[in-house]
Amino acid sequence: MDSTVEIGLRVNGERATRRIEARMNLVDFLREELGLTGSHVGCEHGVCGACTVRVDGRIVRGCLMLAAQADGADVWTIEGLSDTGEIRDLQEAFVERNALQCGYCTPGMLLTLAELRERNPAASRQEIREFISGNYCRCTGYEAIVDAFEMARQRQGGPS
Amino acid sequence: MTDLIADRWLLDRPNSYIGRSVPRPNAPRLAEGRGAFVDDIETGGRTGHAAFVRSPHAHARIGSIDAEAARAAPGVIAVVTGRELAEIHDPWVGVLSHLQGLKSAPQYALPLETATWQGEAVVAVVAESRARAEDAVELVKIDWEVLPAVTDAETALDPATTVIHESLGDNLAWRRNADFGDIEAAYAEADHIVEETYVFARHTGVCVEPRAILADWNPGEGQLTVWHNNQCPHMVQNILATHFRLDEHRVRVIARDVGGSFGIKVHTYADELATVGLSLLLKRPVKFVADRLESFLSDIHARDQRVQGKVAVKDDGTILAFEIDALSGIGPYSMYPRTSGIESNQIVNLTGGPYAFDHYRAQATVVFQNKNMMCQYRAVGHPVKCAVTEGLVDAAARATGMDPAEIRRRNLRADDSYPCKSAQGLPFENLSHQESLAKLLDAMDYDALKAERDALRTEGVYRGIGLASFIEVTNPSAMFYGVGGARISAQDGATMRLDARGNVFVATGATEQGQGMEAVISQVAATAVGVPPERLKIVTGDTEHTPYGGGTWASRAAGIGGEAVAQAGRALRQQILRAAAVMLQEEAENLDIRGGVVVERASGAERIGLDEVGRVCYYRPDTLPDGFQSELVATRHYVPRQYPFAFTNGAQASYLEVDVETGFISLLDHWCIEDCGTVINPQLVDEQIRGGIVQGLGGALWEQCVYDSDGQMLNANMADYLVPMAAELPDMRCGHVVSPTFESDLGAKGVGEAGTCGAPAAVMNALNDALAPFAARLTDMPFTPQKVLRALGKI
Ligand code: FES
Ligand code: FES
Repeated sequence: MDSTVEIGLRVNGERATRRIEARMNLVDFLREELGLTGSHVGCEHGVCGACTVRVDGRIVRGCLMLAAQADGADVWTIEGLSDTGEIRDLQEAFVERNALQCGYCTPGMLLTLAELRERNPAASRQEIREFISGNYCRCTGYEAIVDAFEMARQRQGGPS
Repeated sequence: MTDLIADRWLLDRPNSYIGRSVPRPNAPRLAEGRGAFVDDIETGGRTGHAAFVRSPHAHARIGSIDAEAARAAPGVIAVVTGRELAEIHDPWVGVLSHLQGLKSAPQYALPLETATWQGEAVVAVVAESRARAEDAVELVKIDWEVLPAVTDAETALDPATTVIHESLGDNLAWRRNADFGDIEAAYAEADHIVEETYVFARHTGVCVEPRAILADWNPGEGQLTVWHNNQCPHMVQNILATHFRLDEHRVRVIARDVGGSFGIKVHTYADELATVGLSLLLKRPVKFVADRLESFLSDIHARDQRVQGKVAVKDDGTILAFEIDALSGIGPYSMYPRTSGIESNQIVNLTGGPYAFDHYRAQATVVFQNKNMMCQYRAVGHPVKCAVTEGLVDAAARATGMDPAEIRRRNLRADDSYPCKSAQGLPFENLSHQESLAKLLDAMDYDALKAERDALRTEGVYRGIGLASFIEVTNPSAMFYGVGGARISAQDGATMRLDARGNVFVATGATEQGQGMEAVISQVAATAVGVPPERLKIVTGDTEHTPYGGGTWASRAAGIGGEAVAQAGRALRQQILRAAAVMLQEEAENLDIRGGVVVERASGAERIGLDEVGRVCYYRPDTLPDGFQSELVATRHYVPRQYPFAFTNGAQASYLEVDVETGFISLLDHWCIEDCGTVINPQLVDEQIRGGIVQGLGGALWEQCVYDSDGQMLNANMADYLVPMAAELPDMRCGHVVSPTFESDLGAKGVGEAGTCGAPAAVMNALNDALAPFAARLTDMPFTPQKVLRALGKI
């Protein structure tokens, strides 16, 4: 029985076509097939959020989605969002506020915050905390991450 | 005391970067997802991926192993047993001679006869992908002879209990008894003797990046290259060389980005050594990346202590004595090379630490059991000794009817009493307990907060305030491990080099797992030489390119690694100035380097750029006088010698609310005043404290490795093992007192563990304060809603 499938999708704006094992999840596909190692794997069971990527405009957990399910989809990872500059302000605030320590959770955290700012740009501190409560960070204690989101927003002229 | 005061040249440098929140040079690339973690490293198509058959039993004899089907499975390169691996390595024993009497059994990369905990790697499978290796793991059949599991530390020494290692005679790993002063006399003098038992659950590090290793043996070169997310590359180099019978210079260990460690990635894990052995056997790169289940079952666990404590106090609040009896189960072996006795040893050494008292008695008992191994994790022993001490101090306050802040004021060591020794005889150099507590009470507005708590109580809202003073061991000398025979470097080195364009290369033995080491090193180097930080390149984590050093652990990197950089930077500056002086026909003493330019020391007038110095020295030495050879590389090493540790101190407070109907605890506020001596980077220091506090809160409220009586871990996944997440945490307020160490020119002590040390104690005291109206007390961490309701008699 052939357990492979062929998939074609757009990743960070570029077309990618691969024959892969049907069981391969999206984050492994991005990391192993495309060399996009900025998306990380922390638990492989949907809890830590380190594998968060954007699929068709919404964030998903790359470990819970099969690569085959992303056939035809438009996928964005931390590398792509860095190159387009979409989240540069957030990244700068993260660096300035030291909202990353080891940096392992950071790509997933940034993708999550990028979505928060679309959905609820005026989020309160507690709302920010709740929105990132599916992203585990062992290093920072989260406070600096909340600060960095507010810092970036304030610089864009939003509420502090 | 003036003879002890170090030369503070570094802090007086013009354009000093010490004390400024300069950003971290390695942060932007991590924020763009362009890190280089072990699993990101590619070694080509020949790379094998390892997975392990792990013991499903806590204790079982390994019978015959049938690997036929696994060997025939698609993509499988090899299936390797413990006996095959044992032919190419020597086992290790995790003991230290200064922990007298500590014993353990030889441990192999894969066990030969008996699996001694659930999750122990027993057979290795290497395949062309991890998925295929996992498929084949399912096909390996082992005839297990299940043995009785020793799980309860309380009964591990009973004669009826199975002995895990027959060669050791019993399940006692170590016992330490300590007796200082005259405790019986203190008990006779005391007006109150209060006793209480404290329990600290097993928990673990849960680094988001799991343990990972990629070993590449090149038989042609006789060279082993290992990418490893470890805190101590030189230690690992020595261990791999020793146990695989290689020469140390034939082993290169590279630790690039590490996704958090907290002491988890500082030990010798059998499955990692097995991976190295597989590369040697198969003559190809082999990678092993633990999955989350494997992490829970094989990353070291920590704490797991039951401590009976006693405090003797007079009516006026004077504390006369502390006594403890601690019991800990450490798993089936003592971990190598740091051993699993240190956590208990720290508890014995440090209990009562902030207070002036003379009488102390302690017993620590460490037993083997069939659970995952325990060892050093962030703030080793500190959360335990701090909660026991601070719980007992609060108990003494209740017994004497004294306010918790007042009893601390009366008993904390006076700030002008240093240097002095603790009741246990450990030397304190320069601490600030009284000032730290005063600052804390001020920061939290203690009296107003008490009034608010009392007012709310009348409305049926139960809030509590908890205080905790603490000491923390940092900057360890060779007295910590080296003296006991462990090949773990207490000294650290730095090499600095001026390049031909006037930029400076800095290689340090200290390592980075997110603490901000590279920033701290760059600030010290920039200040010592006199260049802006952007003109530095920092290199860490590679045994081939950094001077010998201990790495990062026990809050040593800034204080020890940083001091080595300060000394190397000063030496390099002097060497550069010697060359510049020759070029300028000037005396070197009249020159300095500021902002990357050689200037006249007195006026600050610019004389020559470092780029020009580099150009002339490297490309036009012919223009320099005969007999002058420029030397633009400097290496210096540093180790503390006067004090075994640079103790730091601080005080924390927690303010929380208990819902007495549901048992839920809401953290409302948290404060920490900390004294780590010279603050090199205020922002990084505060973020170390915040991250540390949250790790402490995890142990106090949520985290626990739950085992059943057969030694099966029941919650080895992130859905059931609860870690602190953003929504349930408060913002944390940090403040500082600065009492530098006089041992180094930099004056910095460590700060990485202070938050974790004090947070559980503060929360415990706040919780019990909140529950005071109900006469309910909790001393058994984690404080789950269920335990709260039980204490309230509601379930
Ligand atoms: S790796 Fe996907 S949520 Fe943890
Ligand atoms: S920065 Fe290390 S896990 Fe978040």
